[in-house]
Amino acid sequence: MSVATEQVPAEAVPGVRAAKKRGPDHRPGLSRKLPYLLLAPAVLLELLIHIIPMLVGIWMSFVKLTKFFIANWSAAPWAGLNNYRVAVDIHNSVGEGLLKSFGVTVAFSLITVILSWCLGMAAAVALQPPFKGRSAIRTLFLVPYALPAYAGILTWNFMLQRDTGAVNHVLVDNLGLMSDRPFWLLGGNALTSLITVALWRLWPFAFLTLMAGLQSIPRDVYEAASVDGAGSVRQWRNITLPSLRPVNLVLVLVLFLWTFSDFNTPYVLFGTAQPPAGDLITFHIYNASFLTWNFGSGAAMSVLLLIFLMIVTGAYLIVTGRRSRRA
Amino acid sequence: MRETRGFKVYRAVVLAVLGLFVLVPLYVMVTSSLKPLRDVQGAFTWWPSNLTLDPFVDMWKTVPLARYFVNSTIVSVVATVCSVAIAILAAFAVSRFRFRGRTVFTTTVLSTQMFPGVLFLLPLFLIFVNINNSTGLQLVGTRLGLIITYLTFSLPFSIWMLAGYFDSIPRDLDEAALVDGCGPMGALVRVVLPAARPGVIAVAIYSFMTAWGEVLFASVMTTESNRTLSVGLRQYSTQTNIYWNQIMAAALIVSIPVVIGFLLAQRHFVAGVTAGAVK
Repeated sequence: MSVATEQVPAEAVPGVRAAKKRGPDHRPGLSRKLPYLLLAPAVLLELLIHIIPMLVGIWMSFVKLTKFFIANWSAAPWAGLNNYRVAVDIHNSVGEGLLKSFGVTVAFSLITVILSWCLGMAAAVALQPPFKGRSAIRTLFLVPYALPAYAGILTWNFMLQRDTGAVNHVLVDNLGLMSDRPFWLLGGNALTSLITVALWRLWPFAFLTLMAGLQSIPRDVYEAASVDGAGSVRQWRNITLPSLRPVNLVLVLVLFLWTFSDFNTPYVLFGTAQPPAGDLITFHIYNASFLTWNFGSGAAMSVLLLIFLMIVTGAYLIVTGRRSRRA
Repeated sequence: MRETRGFKVYRAVVLAVLGLFVLVPLYVMVTSSLKPLRDVQGAFTWWPSNLTLDPFVDMWKTVPLARYFVNSTIVSVVATVCSVAIAILAAFAVSRFRFRGRTVFTTTVLSTQMFPGVLFLLPLFLIFVNINNSTGLQLVGTRLGLIITYLTFSLPFSIWMLAGYFDSIPRDLDEAALVDGCGPMGALVRVVLPAARPGVIAVAIYSFMTAWGEVLFASVMTTESNRTLSVGLRQYSTQTNIYWNQIMAAALIVSIPVVIGFLLAQRHFVAGVTAGAVK
């Protein structure tokens, strides 16, 4: 396209330009600025709420931002890598605590993602062929996801109470599986409780996504397979699973990022006193920052968490050979 | 898939197990909200022996729930409206224009999705305090601060999802509108938006749910006057008593707006989320 054509006023030949360029950008002067104008509000807000705070957070991780400097935080003394040194030194209590909570979070995240995927897949396959009541059941399954996080988690908090909760009532009184009433929100059972609650809230999302994935697989593939004598298990393994690969890649990554940075579940379930067995990392950072009022150290832990998530995401995208859709 | 007998058994088992898993907490929530306080303080019972509506009456007095409700509604509705409007503009730009910085924008915005909130909670708090000191604009402890914060939470996903929706609308349609004399914005409002209505509805529900259910920022950025439901509900636990029946009643009441909205627009939401996630 020559420079001369570029300069012809668009109004002169609107139809021709529109047809050539495919798209509404038929007025060069305006269209060059227009996308930036359209993006401006989003960019401004992203800068204010996400990007700038993150840069400030990175800066914070290099200063000695204790309670004495909160009121006048820009004057906090430089700490260099000290905050990081403390955070990764597993021989002191801060580093040890961070490492333990990292371990808890990895376990929590992996188990929750795997179970969410399994439940979601089981339900999506079960609801694939139409039957009476299918849409009602599908709607019911989505309710935990639609419920506000704290409403669902508070209900679980009540159910997991030692003496008055429904869980112990079922396990001890109804089924007689245990003689003692275990604590679910204290001690070693805390991780089990966390996983159960997170699973309850999260599996519907896996179900939703997988269901949509299943619907995009052409029906006749299954018919052909069943003419060839493949049973349902083989059809699932040889048709369903491979066809869902792109869906699964996105789903697993999203589930992982969500569970790894889950804050609501531990916060609403345990209050501010988290049991060590359920000490998830975002909650740990929150507590470490606000209990000791050492925000520099909290910021250093946050940056480490961010680096970890970026490395995992990057590695995952490279291994699976899929970049984000628009990148 | 053929419906063999094995499949029917499988289906029955899966639906029964998952149905129970989903339903039991909902059942506990509803029935416990109908019990008097001494019943929720004693051993759990499946059947409420003394049905009462008192928790639904008392919960407004124990805690200033009405005020929290108003706060949550204002914050969520305003954040949703702004977020959807901003996402529409940005998604239109991403979907219909090729411009320098497009990839940088989409990648950056999408990657902010994966950052844990705790990461920018404190810096944001400090920035808000600084803004207050330098301009007098009060953001901490006001609804405005929460609104601004919340409207960015759903923004990346909304832009991504809407851009996907807009992409699926044939460009011939807006080209025709341009030939007929619309400007690009006219084409957006008259052609693209109506065709993408399900996507817009889905994004709106998503934004509302995000704001209505947010816990972390609400717990740090609010004071008594602008407190939202997510923080307010914790106040039913006092030193001496935990009003579980009222907590369950309040949890039920605050869930109703989102669940109804979600169920009404479920089709659009499911289509929207999956169009974003599956493509």
